[in-house]
Amino acid sequence: MDEVEETLKRIESHKGVIGTIVVNAEGIPIRTTLDNSTTAQYAGHLRHLAMMARSTVRDVDPQNDLTFLRIRSKKHEIMVAPESNFLLIVIQNPCE
Amino acid sequence: MKPADQVELTEAELKEEITRILTANNPHAPQNIVRYSFKERSYKPTSAVDQMAVHFVLEGSLLYQDSEDSRRLKDKEDLPEESATVDTKAESDEEKTGSPATPVEEGEAEEAREEDRPDSAASKTDKKEPKVTNQFNFSERASQTLNNPLRERCCQTEPPPRSNFSATANQWEIYDAYLEELQKQEKNKEKQKAAPSKKDNDKSKKKMMLTETQSDDISKVGKASKIFERMVSQNTFDDVAQDFQYFEDASDEFRDQEGTLLPLWKFQYDKAKRLSVTALCWNNKYQDLFAVAMGSYDFSKQSRGMLVFYSLKNSAFPEYIYPTSSGILCLDIHKQHSYLVAVGFYDGCVAVFNLKEEGQEPLYKSTAKTGKHTDPVWQVRWQSDDMDNNHNFCSVASDGRVVSWTLVKNELVFTDIIRLSVNGAISEGPESSPAPSSACGTSFDFHKQIDYLFLVGTEEGKIYKCSKTYSSQFLGTYEAHSMAVDAVKWNHFHPKVFISCSSDWTVKIWDRSISNPMFTFDLNSAVGDVAWSPYSSTVFAAVTTDGRVYVFDLSINKYEAICQQTVVAKKKTKLTHIEFNPIYPIIIVGDDRGYVISFKLSPNLRKKPKGKKGQDVPKGPEVEIAKMEKLLSLLREPEQGTV
Repeated sequence: MDEVEETLKRIESHKGVIGTIVVNAEGIPIRTTLDNSTTAQYAGHLRHLAMMARSTVRDVDPQNDLTFLRIRSKKHEIMVAPESNFLLIVIQNPCE
Repeated sequence: MKPADQVELTEAELKEEITRILTANNPHAPQNIVRYSFKERSYKPTSAVDQMAVHFVLEGSLLYQDSEDSRRLKDKEDLPEESATVDTKAESDEEKTGSPATPVEEGEAEEAREEDRPDSAASKTDKKEPKVTNQFNFSERASQTLNNPLRERCCQTEPPPRSNFSATANQWEIYDAYLEELQKQEKNKEKQKAAPSKKDNDKSKKKMMLTETQSDDISKVGKASKIFERMVSQNTFDDVAQDFQYFEDASDEFRDQEGTLLPLWKFQYDKAKRLSVTALCWNNKYQDLFAVAMGSYDFSKQSRGMLVFYSLKNSAFPEYIYPTSSGILCLDIHKQHSYLVAVGFYDGCVAVFNLKEEGQEPLYKSTAKTGKHTDPVWQVRWQSDDMDNNHNFCSVASDGRVVSWTLVKNELVFTDIIRLSVNGAISEGPESSPAPSSACGTSFDFHKQIDYLFLVGTEEGKIYKCSKTYSSQFLGTYEAHSMAVDAVKWNHFHPKVFISCSSDWTVKIWDRSISNPMFTFDLNSAVGDVAWSPYSSTVFAAVTTDGRVYVFDLSINKYEAICQQTVVAKKKTKLTHIEFNPIYPIIIVGDDRGYVISFKLSPNLRKKPKGKKGQDVPKGPEVEIAKMEKLLSLLREPEQGTV
């Protein structure tokens, strides 16, 4: 438990990381470093997207499963990891 | 007699003749009725307006004799004569009363009879028309029953609980459902087989499962968060990662035979800042993982130490951290069981850590009772498992003992392999050994192929060739250096060649059968460490205290380094150790400030022997041995000639 906390703290303080969000199984963000409205937006949208991506991967081959989803946009990179119904989201500004 | 408001008219106006015309037009009839015509979609005036005005209407009851209605009435008058034949009492009475009356007055009697007889007449005579009800003496025989007051009684049940259910039927959902079914079936089978014994286990397992599902724990994303740290790191150090994988310095072609070192990641840990790197070791199984031992070479200031593991995938934070009370001076990772790590401490203890276990304490630790060294342990090395399949490793320390430790169940059992003794030499210097008769071992290395053969370097500068089987005598001695031998390493390929380095600024390469060194290199500064490369028998690298890394390739240049590079700020930091990665073309260099820097070797430093055109380039250890042998033979012949 502590280890995970520490890891998340390190990620948050890493260079270029804008914010992290942890969403639980019901879609409620349980830990976030961004403001409420942004968090709610990210959590809602990315949940659907992750489900869709997972559905796509599994539909093609049911024995396969989604591990990570990385969305690179002009401004940042959004990394999503669905794990045991939880969702971990990290938004980073990759220094280029 | 005038009313007050009569209009006053003049004489002329009074005499005026006003004509009044009587027309057949109805003055009240409207003159301009318009009707909407759908055909023409407009209002059209109707041509003729009805001018009739009705003043009085009265409906009469006289009938014309020859009309229909009068005929009907006459027929009805004939009825009473026919119905006399019927035998009902009521009717006969009525008839009797009726029959004398008929000839007298038709009108009233008829009407009276008609009243009594409508039903009977109607029912009996099919031929005659039904009688019309009497308009004058008609009485309605209706009666109103008592209407009970209406009362509404309703009851509302609770609506059944409803929930919306929606699902998709994808390929994978079907697959999952089948899998679940399969698992259930298997569980049932197992339960049936081992029902009594496993009951308790199942119960406890069920309890565990329940608590897990209820907690809203962050620890569920533990695995993902670890990988995320690496992803974030990769993003930040994207260019470094790309360089590591793909960059090959093209300018090496123009540099003759020289090569360069490209700096990649830099590893540091906050809590280990004051400590210096005392040992480095790559993990054989996971070649991106390496171990760093932290301690201090400053003999007056001795404090704590640390064992830290880094992965190339995450340069920001170590993977494993083990703080220790005493500085660590050496470490070795087991070749097959890469989770076992042996370390040697400054206070003379040795310990074995198990990376698989959760705690920060070593698995085994030697104590004063169990034969720990009395002086700092300079080198540890894992050996192959002994005959009882127990793991064992060896250590060498300044107290002159080379000890073999065996991991038996829960303890470390030690055996002295050899006791180093000085034959007549006087050991001097601040790091003098406590007992004048035993020399201080500062480094050792076991032969790659010949298991019992090993070399020990001492503080006096001698290298002893020893065997595990002979505990009192050395097989041979090499007068190697004038100062302490910091490192001695066997060549990975050639069985006879080994290299040694020392604080007397030199690096020497030896053939074990010859007592003089084959090659000697003077590096202008105390050499901290030297390492053979795993890919070539003639390439080795050395680090010095003035912050320089030297890479030599004997097959290219026998006298000079093909790469000399200052990698840290001069005079501030000293480089302490260097190691080649087993598969990647990178080296890690540790310094005395606790940093570990990784470098990529440029192509010139990694040259393989070129085959003649048309021939396949031979590969493998034999080639390497042959390469070395060729070099040595060149050196040997003149020597043999002179001697």
